[in-house]
Amino acid sequence: MTATTSPAPPGTEPGGLPEPRRRPSRLRPAGRARTVERGASRVFRWTATSAGALILVVLAAVAVFLVVKAMPALTSTSAELVDSVSFMRNSSSLLDYVGPLVFGTVLAAVLALALAVPVAIAIALFISHYAPRRLASGLGYVVDLLAAVPSVVYGLWGAMVLAPIVQPVWSWLNSTLGWIPFFSGTVSPTGRVILTVGVVLAVMILPIITAVSREVFLQTPRLYEEAALALGATRWEMIRMTVLPFGRSGVVSAAMLGLGRALGETMAVLMILSQGFLYSVLLLVAGQQQTIAANIAAQFPEASDQGMSVLIATGLALFVITLVVNMSARAIVARRKDFSGAN
Amino acid sequence: MAQRIDVKDLNIYYGEFRAVADVAMSVEPRSVTAFIGPSGCGKSTFLRTLNRMHEVIPGARVDGHVEIDGVDLYAPDVDPVAVRRQIGMVFQRPNPFPTMSIADNVLAGVRLNNKRISKGDAQDLVEASLRGANLWNEVKDRLDRPGSGLSGGQQQRLCIARAIAVKPQVLLMDEPCSALDPISTLAIEDLIAELKAEYTIVIVTHNMQQAARVSDRTAFFNLAGQGQPGKLVEVDDTSVIFSAPREQATEDYISGRFG
Amino acid sequence: MATTTDAPTPSSSSASSSELASLLRQVDPRRRRTDRAMRWIITGAFALAMLPLLSVAWTVVSHGIERFDMYFLTHSMRGVYGGIDAGGIYHAIIGTVEITLFATLISVPIGLLTAIYLVEYGRGHLARAVTFFVDVMTGIPSIVAGLFAYALFAVILGPGIRMGVVGSVALSVLMIPVVVRSSEEMLRLVPNELREAALALGVPRWLVVIKVVLRTAVAGIVTGVMIAIARIIGETAPLLITVGVADSINFNLFEGRMMTLPVYVYRQFQQGLIPCSADDMSCIATITYDRAWAAALTLILLVMLLNLVARLVTRLFAPKTIS
Repeated sequence: MTATTSPAPPGTEPGGLPEPRRRPSRLRPAGRARTVERGASRVFRWTATSAGALILVVLAAVAVFLVVKAMPALTSTSAELVDSVSFMRNSSSLLDYVGPLVFGTVLAAVLALALAVPVAIAIALFISHYAPRRLASGLGYVVDLLAAVPSVVYGLWGAMVLAPIVQPVWSWLNSTLGWIPFFSGTVSPTGRVILTVGVVLAVMILPIITAVSREVFLQTPRLYEEAALALGATRWEMIRMTVLPFGRSGVVSAAMLGLGRALGETMAVLMILSQGFLYSVLLLVAGQQQTIAANIAAQFPEASDQGMSVLIATGLALFVITLVVNMSARAIVARRKDFSGAN
Repeated sequence: MAQRIDVKDLNIYYGEFRAVADVAMSVEPRSVTAFIGPSGCGKSTFLRTLNRMHEVIPGARVDGHVEIDGVDLYAPDVDPVAVRRQIGMVFQRPNPFPTMSIADNVLAGVRLNNKRISKGDAQDLVEASLRGANLWNEVKDRLDRPGSGLSGGQQQRLCIARAIAVKPQVLLMDEPCSALDPISTLAIEDLIAELKAEYTIVIVTHNMQQAARVSDRTAFFNLAGQGQPGKLVEVDDTSVIFSAPREQATEDYISGRFG
Repeated sequence: MATTTDAPTPSSSSASSSELASLLRQVDPRRRRTDRAMRWIITGAFALAMLPLLSVAWTVVSHGIERFDMYFLTHSMRGVYGGIDAGGIYHAIIGTVEITLFATLISVPIGLLTAIYLVEYGRGHLARAVTFFVDVMTGIPSIVAGLFAYALFAVILGPGIRMGVVGSVALSVLMIPVVVRSSEEMLRLVPNELREAALALGVPRWLVVIKVVLRTAVAGIVTGVMIAIARIIGETAPLLITVGVADSINFNLFEGRMMTLPVYVYRQFQQGLIPCSADDMSCIATITYDRAWAAALTLILLVMLLNLVARLVTRLFAPKTIS
C-alpha cells in the first residue's frame, strides 16, 4: 500500500518494513515524469483494488439482500405464514416446510456424488496413467464437453430420453433388491424419480471432479511411481501405493466441489423429478422428494410477496449449505497447495 | 541370488533417438560393477534397461539381449513386473513412500505378493532388512513413524532395505549417493561393500573416487558428440581401469581432462 | 556396524537357470488378473462417461434438426397457440443475446480489474481474502444468484419486478469469478522480465499494466471471457425467476419480461403434449417438444460456437513471446 506515497515517508520511517518498501523503490520510475504520472498510477491502483474489494462486497451483498428479503418469512408466526402462503398449506411452520426440502436436496446430491466419484476417479486415472500421452489432453477436453452442455438440455434429455431408458432397470432393481429400503415401494412407471435425477446430476458433476482429480494424479512425483514399479508392482499396484494416497485430499476436495454443484442444480431436478414433500428414502417411487432449488424455480413465478419471502428463506438455507461445502473444499485445496509448494 | 548378467548387442532408444548403441558386457556375480562416464553418456539409461525400468518412459524401447543366468529378460514370455522383483533398484534421490511408516516402507514390496504375511514374520523381515541396510539401530524405536522424517542418508538406506526385503537377485543403484552428504555417502559405501557378499551389485556413479573405492569392475561409457548415442568404451577390473586403461578416452576421463 | 549375516538371504540362493526362468515368467496370477481387471474397469469408466455425451449430442441433433430452420430462427411465439405448426425463437435469441451481453459488460471490467489487482498489486490479507472468496463465489448456486438479483431490485424498485437487467445482474454474479480466474491465469503467464524491462525504461506502472501486460495477455483474456459467456449463456434458473417468460419480442432490457433461449426450452417442455382432436390435421401434438429440442440444438450450437471461436482466438492471436 505504500507504493505510491511521496518520496518523503521512506526517510521519515527509518526502520520501516523491508518487504513493502523494497518493491516500490525498485519500481519507482525515475525522472521528471514521476510527479505527473503518480496521480494516474494511483487512480489505477485504487480502481483495481476496489474491484477486488467489490468481490467481497458482492458476496456480502448476496447474503445481506437474501436475509433482508427473507426477513418477513423469518419473523412471521407460523400461523400467519401457513395462512398467507398457498404452497405451505400442508406444513405447520417454516422449519417444517424447509426440512423435507433440505432432506431432498442432500439426498439427490449425495446420490449424484456416490455415482460420480468412482467413475470420475477412474476417468481421471485413465487420462493420467492409462491413455497414451498424446491423447491425454484431447480426452480431457472431451470430458470437459460434458460441462459445456447447459443444464436445461440435461433436464430435457433426462426427462425425455434417460427416464424411459432407465425405468425397466429401476423395475428390475425393485424386484430383485426390493428388500433394501431404498429400492422398495411401487416403482414409478415414468422413471422420473430421484435416482434418475441422481444419475443426471452425476453426469453433470463428472467433469469438475474429473478435472481436479486428474490434476492431482498428474502431480504424483515420478520418483515414487518409479519406486513402486522397481519393487515389482503392477501398474494398478503402483497406483494404489502412490497415486491414490497422494491424491486423496485432492479427490476429497474435488468431490466436495461436485457436491456443491449438485446441491445447487435446479433445472435437471425441476424437469425430471416427480415432486413430493416427504422425508423419504424411496429412490424409485414417484412423488416423494423435492430439492430447494427446484422448489424455488417451480413456485417463484406464481408466488405472492410473502411466498417469495419464504422461498428466499429456503434459498438462504441452500446458500449457507453450499457455502460451507465449498469453503471446506477450497480450504482443503489451499492446504494442499501450501504443502506441495513447500516441497 | 547373485547371478551373472550378460548383455549382448544392446541398443536403447527414446522414440527415434538412439541413446545407447551396441553395448556388450558381462556383470560378474557377487561383485560390484561401477558405470562411470560423462553426463548424458547413457549409463543411467543402460542401468534402467537391466530391470526393464527403461520402458516405463513413454516411447522408450530396447533392442538386443540382457541375459541373467542365460534367461533373456526381453524374451516375449518374460514379465517385466517379475523382472523388477528379481532385480531391485535404488534411485538417485531417496524415495521412501511418504504416506507409509518406516516398517511399511520396508514391507511395501513384500506385501505385493504376500498380503497376509504374519505379524511375527513381518517384524522379523523388517528387522533383518533394516539390519542388512545398517539402519536398524537408528530407527528401531520409531518404526511406525513416517519414513520421510529421516535424514537423506537414512532415507536412502531405508530404500536399500526396501529393495533387499524382497530378496532380489541383483541390486541396481543409480547414483545412490549424489544427493547425500559425505558422511552419509560413506555409510552407503560401507553398506555396498557388505552387500556384495550376497548380491550382484551394479552402481552408476559420477564420482570416480567412489567407483575406485567400492567397485571390483568398472565400465566406462562415453558419447562421441551431441546427438550421438552413448557407447561402452571399455570394461575391466577397477584397478586396471584406474591404472592402465586400454583406451585413450578412458585415461583422459580418469585423469580429469574432460567430463 | 551390523553384519550382513542377518540380512535376508535370497530365497532361491541356488536358483538354477530353469527356476529363475520360471520366476521371471510369472507374476502371481491373481495380481495379473487384478491388474487386467482394473485396466478394463478404468477404460470402461471412460467409455461409460462418453455414453451420456453421445446420447445427448445425438438426441439433441436428431430431434432438434426437424424444426431448426430459418422460419424457426426468425419468428417469435406471438399469437401462437395450441398445436399449430408455427412459432420460433427469435424473441428468445434477442433476449439471450441482450441479457448475456449486458452481463458481460458488467462482469468483464470488474473481473479483469480484480485479476489485475491480484496479479499486479495484491498482497496481504485483502488479496488472500479475494482469492479465497472468488473461489467460493464459483460455487454459488445459480438459483441463489437469481434470488440475490431479484432481492436487490425488489429492495430498490419494489417487489414483483421482472426485467432483463435483473437477469444480467444475476448472470454477472456467476460470471465474475470465472472471468477473474481465467484472466488471472493469463496475466500470470506474462513473464516478469517484460514488466521489469518496461519499468526500467521509466514507464509508469499503470501504463506498463495496460500497454505491456494486458496487450501480451489479450488473446488469453478474450478466450477466457468467451468461455465464461459460453458457461452462463445456458443458465436457466436465475433467468426464470428474474426475467420471467414472454411470447413477444422485447428489445428493452429495462422494462418488462423477456424470453431467453434456455427458459424457452424449459417453457416448451413444461407445456407438454398438446391435446389434438382427431380430425384436426394441422394440429401437431408434439409441437412443444419439437420446439424445445430445436431450441436446445440452437443453444448447444451457440455454446459450441463460442468455445470454437475462443480456441481460434487463442491459436491465431497467441503472443509470439509465449511459445
